[in-house]
Amino acid sequence: MNYTIPHEPPIIELERVYRSFGTQDVLRDLTITVERGETLVLIGESGCGKSVTMKLMMALMGPSSGEVHWNGTNIKQLSENELQRQRLKYGYLFQGAALFDSMNVFDNVAFGVRQNTQLPENDIRTIVHQCLRDVGLPETVCPKKPAELSGGMKKRVGLARALALAPEVMFYDEPTTGLDPVMTDVINQLIIRTRDRNRVTSVVVTHEMSTVRKVADRVVMLYPLVRLGATEPQIIFTGTPEELYECDDPRVYQFVRGEAEERLQEMASA
Amino acid sequence: MASGSIPDPRMTPIHSLGALVIGAVAAMGNFAMFGYDTLRWTLVGRPPKSVVLPAMYQIGVRSITVVMVTGFFIGMVLAVQTYDQLHIMGLESRLGSVINATLLKELGPVLAATMLAGRVGSAMAAELGTMRVTEQIEALRALGAHPVQYLVVPRFMACVLLIPLLTAVADSLGIFGGWLFGTQVLGVNSFFYWRYSFEFITSFEVITGLMKSFFFGAAIALIACQRGFNCGSGAEGVGRAATESFVFCFVVILILDFFLGMFFNRLYYVLWPVQISLS
Repeated sequence: MNYTIPHEPPIIELERVYRSFGTQDVLRDLTITVERGETLVLIGESGCGKSVTMKLMMALMGPSSGEVHWNGTNIKQLSENELQRQRLKYGYLFQGAALFDSMNVFDNVAFGVRQNTQLPENDIRTIVHQCLRDVGLPETVCPKKPAELSGGMKKRVGLARALALAPEVMFYDEPTTGLDPVMTDVINQLIIRTRDRNRVTSVVVTHEMSTVRKVADRVVMLYPLVRLGATEPQIIFTGTPEELYECDDPRVYQFVRGEAEERLQEMASA
Repeated sequence: MASGSIPDPRMTPIHSLGALVIGAVAAMGNFAMFGYDTLRWTLVGRPPKSVVLPAMYQIGVRSITVVMVTGFFIGMVLAVQTYDQLHIMGLESRLGSVINATLLKELGPVLAATMLAGRVGSAMAAELGTMRVTEQIEALRALGAHPVQYLVVPRFMACVLLIPLLTAVADSLGIFGGWLFGTQVLGVNSFFYWRYSFEFITSFEVITGLMKSFFFGAAIALIACQRGFNCGSGAEGVGRAATESFVFCFVVILILDFFLGMFFNRLYYVLWPVQISLS
């Protein structure tokens, strides 16, 4: 279900963004908008800059050049404190969940609430248990350390931790990578449920076409700069999941269907 | 034309040297900014006790044993190495002054700091490096915590406050070890051992030795945390960060020791000028 509300500034906008790491260019002249209420899915080959794009959206890293806007405001105009406060409206599920090793599940989920509110411990306990229930985990998981959890549980605890601060936007960095098909579907359903229950805007980075089909309102496909000409745009597709499957661009077509013949020929001739 | 990182064939040795210099200046700038951030957060946004106390336990309490053993053996080794020379000159009763002056002014602070750079510094670099590689540092930022305030300041405070204390422990055990071996094994008279020690060692030596360790503690914390925060990817990156942390700490400790030694010597002569009479 699409909750896009027209006539509002995009909740997030990257405008003509470039990003390099040393001499390695990762993003070039990238312009992407995220509308309030939509679920935007970023797809593309490994190393094409999807995760970097998402970290730029959340200002976890800065662009080499270009602008990042939150609700129409250039984030360069925000002070460090303001940026920090605004960032709390955004939840981030990291690729490996990024749970704090030294803390148990309860403290991981409670971390953001303790850090940013003065709530009494009883209220924090209620929030933590509610968030864990929302992602389908029992309270008995609370005393466990991250090392004792399976991959799917880690992702769900990471999601619970992000949801504890009731974010307006959720970023999911490869939420289903490394999970079995059933757990992949569980995570997909959690993304949909989170969106529907909390009216959360979502940005998802994934390689999984099942995730694209299930959760996406709009799909943006990036292409690695090393495989592009100097003037070619890095975004090679924007549209709905249905349009993605009908796209006749061979780069999109091969990615969507997982066809490797052309790439294997390139590798053989290299 | 692809736009990846292709080596430029026009790169000459001058270009390479320039790139090296720019890289070194950038690294120093990065370290200076990191140090500034750490000091700023130490002054304006101290982290909660729940974060500081575990860091103090890790850095202080868990280092006591190794520092005690190190200090004790340094004292005994000094006794072994200096006794023969003093004995030849008939000055074995001065053994205590030699051991204790050496320990309090130089060896105690430097060796305790070196030991802690290995035990504490490498562990901090590896721990923070692992947190960086597994995106835990970014997760902190995403959850509204400033990583420097939350991760670096507690370790910095623990090192600055506790490494001087650990140095005092190492000094004490070294003094005890030197006395034990000197008097019980080498047969130096205990009365003269202490008498000459007190004659040659003033509170200035004791205080400057501990003040050195204050700077060593700050250097260990900053270098180790900065290496961890900027470590490369994967297990190799974490391992390299830990190794670099120890090597840089060791070199910086020796450089700092030299300059602080010169500074305190000058300070001594400023505070207590030597009266030279030519008449």
